[in-house]
Amino acid sequence: MTTTVSTTAALALGDDALVLSHRLGEWAGHAPVLEEEVALANIALDLLGQARVLLSLVGDEDELAYLREERAFRNVQLVEQPNGDFAHTILRQLYFSTYQHLLYAELAAGDGPFAPLAAKAVKEVAYHRDHAEQWTVRLGDGTDESHERAQRACEALWRFTGEMFRPVEGLDVDGAALEAAWLESVEGMLRRATLTVPEGPRSGAWRAGAGRQGLHTEPFGRMLAEMQHLHRSHPGASW
Amino acid sequence: MATAAAHQTTRTQAYGAQDTAVDTVAYERRFDAAVAADERIEPRDWMPDAYRATLVRQIAQHAHSEIIGMQPEANWITRAPSLRRKAILMAKVQDEAGHGLYLYSAAETLGTGRDELLDKLHSGRQKYSSIFNYPTLTWADVGAIGWLVDGAAITNQVPLCRCSYGPYARAMVRICKEESFHQRQGYELLLALSRGTPEQHAMAQDAVDRWWWPSLMMFGPPDDESAHSAQSMAWKIKRHSNDELRQRFVDICVPQAESLGLALPDPDLRWNEERGQHDFGPIDWTEFREVLKGNGPCNEQRITQRRRAHDEGAWVREAAAAYADKHTGETGATRA
Repeated sequence: MTTTVSTTAALALGDDALVLSHRLGEWAGHAPVLEEEVALANIALDLLGQARVLLSLVGDEDELAYLREERAFRNVQLVEQPNGDFAHTILRQLYFSTYQHLLYAELAAGDGPFAPLAAKAVKEVAYHRDHAEQWTVRLGDGTDESHERAQRACEALWRFTGEMFRPVEGLDVDGAALEAAWLESVEGMLRRATLTVPEGPRSGAWRAGAGRQGLHTEPFGRMLAEMQHLHRSHPGASW
Repeated sequence: MATAAAHQTTRTQAYGAQDTAVDTVAYERRFDAAVAADERIEPRDWMPDAYRATLVRQIAQHAHSEIIGMQPEANWITRAPSLRRKAILMAKVQDEAGHGLYLYSAAETLGTGRDELLDKLHSGRQKYSSIFNYPTLTWADVGAIGWLVDGAAITNQVPLCRCSYGPYARAMVRICKEESFHQRQGYELLLALSRGTPEQHAMAQDAVDRWWWPSLMMFGPPDDESAHSAQSMAWKIKRHSNDELRQRFVDICVPQAESLGLALPDPDLRWNEERGQHDFGPIDWTEFREVLKGNGPCNEQRITQRRRAHDEGAWVREAAAAYADKHTGETGATRA
């Protein structure tokens, strides 16, 4: 595959994976059950692996991860949202992994520059999606408390979901078709989980697609401060 | 040990209404012969109550150590200084959760349950390794834990691969393979720091200074004060004494420290030509006992975080159970 990779697209996909991986890494030692320690770390590792491949297509993975400031990150705002309770983490996973699975399946089927990466990653994200779906139905159709928490999470994250389908330069996919497939799948899962599909807008009031332009939510800067602190404290050191 | 007792009763009933006193003598003889012949004891075999209780205690403590041990390292996941190191650390912490799972399964073959064991951990009735009550203050601590703490764990655990109880021995074979990988990664992390900038080298030395003595304490009290040692060795649960293993560990570490370019913080450490082993300075057993009693730097924090994760996760576990109850049989699966 000799097609040139678009820097914009590689950064967008790479930052999504990097940031979500970081958030999932925050769960280590805090999960509700030992099996979820394994599962969440497993998903975080897969995503980190994807991020490293994608960022390396653009430049030095560590320079890109540790030395860019908030305004230079191109991830969607969904993935930078704080973990919240387990329901928030699971709904964020459902929304994102469904998108990522549909996207990678399409990229893997094509012959664009991301096809080789997508061919490997699609197997991983199919597992992530299954994990999120299984938990969505358990939380939604579990107890009254879990149902309520899942419903709250559904709604709180809903407004961040539109951004994933905005066009990204160099990413040759039909956003509208992807969005339709995503809506069908996610709405179906929410119904199966006895949850109500949120009615609110699917993008923030002030800027749709803001994360891809480097406009992030407030928790993101704090996340980067923690992630980058040690690396930045030792300029030029290797680890 | 209600569960173990119930288990024994069932076993006795299964053998029929014979004179149990006579049976016990015969079973004991067969058990002793099996241990003497280095045969493996399996879950369905008869075993002395005290053997069962010792194994439950040891395997549970081992399992608890794996899951509490996730905390000091997970403390650095979000701050790991390169993506490669972050991936290695995440994989390691994930392995530890997996080791916890293997070990709880091994303990369950003895007639106890994971919930019961976790309950004992959370209420302080069962312990975990004292080493995890020390804080990880810098990135280099992640390397020191890998090299020294995992190194000590391996020295302790490799002989357990030949332990007389089959399920424990088999769990240890799998665990030791992964642990030795972690240990090499820790060593390699420290090597990178030691050969890095002066600040990185100093960070590595400081970590080794803080982790060396606590690592030596991981082998437990000196042989003449070790309460369980003699019986465990007779049962072939343990194969070597605490002091033997500690000595072996010191002898392994000295050349490794040299090639790392880091000093071990012991002015009395020197090669003893006569013994063919290293002499080393006295261990501060007062500190060891204080940490065991709950007065180490992180005892409170570690157990609080563990309890909080468990308590805050209760609604998730309840949801999973409620869902399973509602949907039993939907896929045609039989759940008895």
